[in-house]
Amino acid sequence: MEELMEILEDIRPDVDFEECTTLIDDKILVSFDILSIISEISDAFDITLSPADIVAENFNSAEALWDMICRLRD
Amino acid sequence: MKKDILEYLEHSAECFPDKPAFEDEEKSCTFKELVEAGRVIGTELAGKITMNQPVPVLMEKSVDTIKLLMGIVYAGGFYVVMDATHPVGRLNSILETLDTDILIYEEKNEALANELAFTGRRYARGEFGKGEADAALLADVRFRLKDTDPLYGNFTSGSTGVPKGVVVSHRSVIDFIDCFTDIFDITDQDVIGNQAPWDFDVSVKDIYSGLKTGATVQVIPKAKFSIPTALLDFLDERKVTTLTWAVSALCIITTLRGFEYKIPTSIKKVLFSGEVMPMKHLNQWRQYLPDVTYVNLYGPTEITCNCTYYVVDREFDLDEKLPIGKAFPNETVFLLDEENHLITEEDKIGEICVSGTALALGYYNNWEQTNKAFVQNPLNTRYREPIYRTGDLAYYDKDRNLCFASRKDFQIKHMGHRIELGEVELAMNRVPEIIRCLCMYDEKKSKIVAFYQGDINKRDLFRALTAFLPEYMIPNAYRQVEEMPLNKNGKIDRAELKKLYFK
Repeated sequence: MEELMEILEDIRPDVDFEECTTLIDDKILVSFDILSIISEISDAFDITLSPADIVAENFNSAEALWDMICRLRD
Repeated sequence: MKKDILEYLEHSAECFPDKPAFEDEEKSCTFKELVEAGRVIGTELAGKITMNQPVPVLMEKSVDTIKLLMGIVYAGGFYVVMDATHPVGRLNSILETLDTDILIYEEKNEALANELAFTGRRYARGEFGKGEADAALLADVRFRLKDTDPLYGNFTSGSTGVPKGVVVSHRSVIDFIDCFTDIFDITDQDVIGNQAPWDFDVSVKDIYSGLKTGATVQVIPKAKFSIPTALLDFLDERKVTTLTWAVSALCIITTLRGFEYKIPTSIKKVLFSGEVMPMKHLNQWRQYLPDVTYVNLYGPTEITCNCTYYVVDREFDLDEKLPIGKAFPNETVFLLDEENHLITEEDKIGEICVSGTALALGYYNNWEQTNKAFVQNPLNTRYREPIYRTGDLAYYDKDRNLCFASRKDFQIKHMGHRIELGEVELAMNRVPEIIRCLCMYDEKKSKIVAFYQGDINKRDLFRALTAFLPEYMIPNAYRQVEEMPLNKNGKIDRAELKKLYFK
């Protein structure tokens, strides 16, 4: 989780990833951020995302992202 | 001969009155309804503006927006679409340049509209479109409108920190769109999937190809470009045939492996521009959609959309360069060397210059920048022939196709946006803690890299920059240095910083 937070804060230092749960719904993350996040977490956690994983539910908060990473690592 | 773009609209409304002209996620309007709405809004606005007055529009792309834009043209004005997600300072700077006394905003942007340092009249979009059209009034405006009058203004990054407003006339748009729809065979059978935001001139190709040919324009919401499944569902459900997109938008689909989810079989044409197309992504597109026509388009806003094109006619290896091709009809695209000599031989690099009807009217209310970029053709000493110097460097390959080489200055293309690194540096210098700074571009990772000297962490710096710069101009990587390395001329040593970043 710590590593994920570092990645996220590196990409968007202005966003409060600890608290925010509407990253997609409130259009806080733009498509370039999503691309960067996917590329970074794929490398860092050695996972492969399929298009079906890239949905609002998995990207709305850091926690949702972490849950997805854990699922994909299993 | 067509005089204004309303003739496109009215002709399509005669041929296809009940066909949808524009559709967004919620609304739809037919060609006939678009004419009617345009005439009503035009009537209401005609008394409020003078001929050729700029009308800034703080709205996202939508059916309601196109109705308003047509209304502005019917009223004899020209439109400037502004992006509400941009910082207030930037919007204020655009309004200051436009020096106009009217602003129209969509209801959700009301708070923002009131926050702007703007002393003119503000109208909500909903205040227009309820009355009746006045045929005599509209006919009078129309009689006075001529083809060299401005149709729209688009603001682009300026190295002085002030965005430059490129104004383009009806004539330039008609000249380009007639060629564009002919060459790429865009007809009423097509469905255009509009990706580009409307403050961007890529959208001009969607809007006016649709109005001219009777093709329906499907306005794709921006949020879909974050969720590939939603985007592909949209393209498939709306049976989109034609994509005239920014390269970065096409790459989103391949990067997020969208085709593994769904292949939209209705697609017939994919035209792209904005930056160099990475061959890896183009090859993936061709692998999934082999029977589609792919076209590389090149050109800056100042020459009305594009000045050269290359229809992809063969396989390209990963290390090969995709040409930007040959000129569109009715314009001259040529290369000049540093001494202003014409380059005709192969492989020799020169600056791309353009002359013809395609040239924009200039930068609005900015003679200095206009006179710098729109100059007399140095090869012509006999009569007036303005050319636009693009600042892009290119060369001819063995097939006489032009190939893009690099930029002459510090302008970059990032996510389809044209950005002057100088403007980013100016914004950084406005942050009090910054002592010195320099930006460069990491093309491999598509990142703007900021080097800075000053007592501020990257989070605070990023936050400070959001006040001055739109999202896409904010650096993506930060390197704090104790002191800027200097070269022997006392300038910041770029090479040294580059080493620091890439090590």
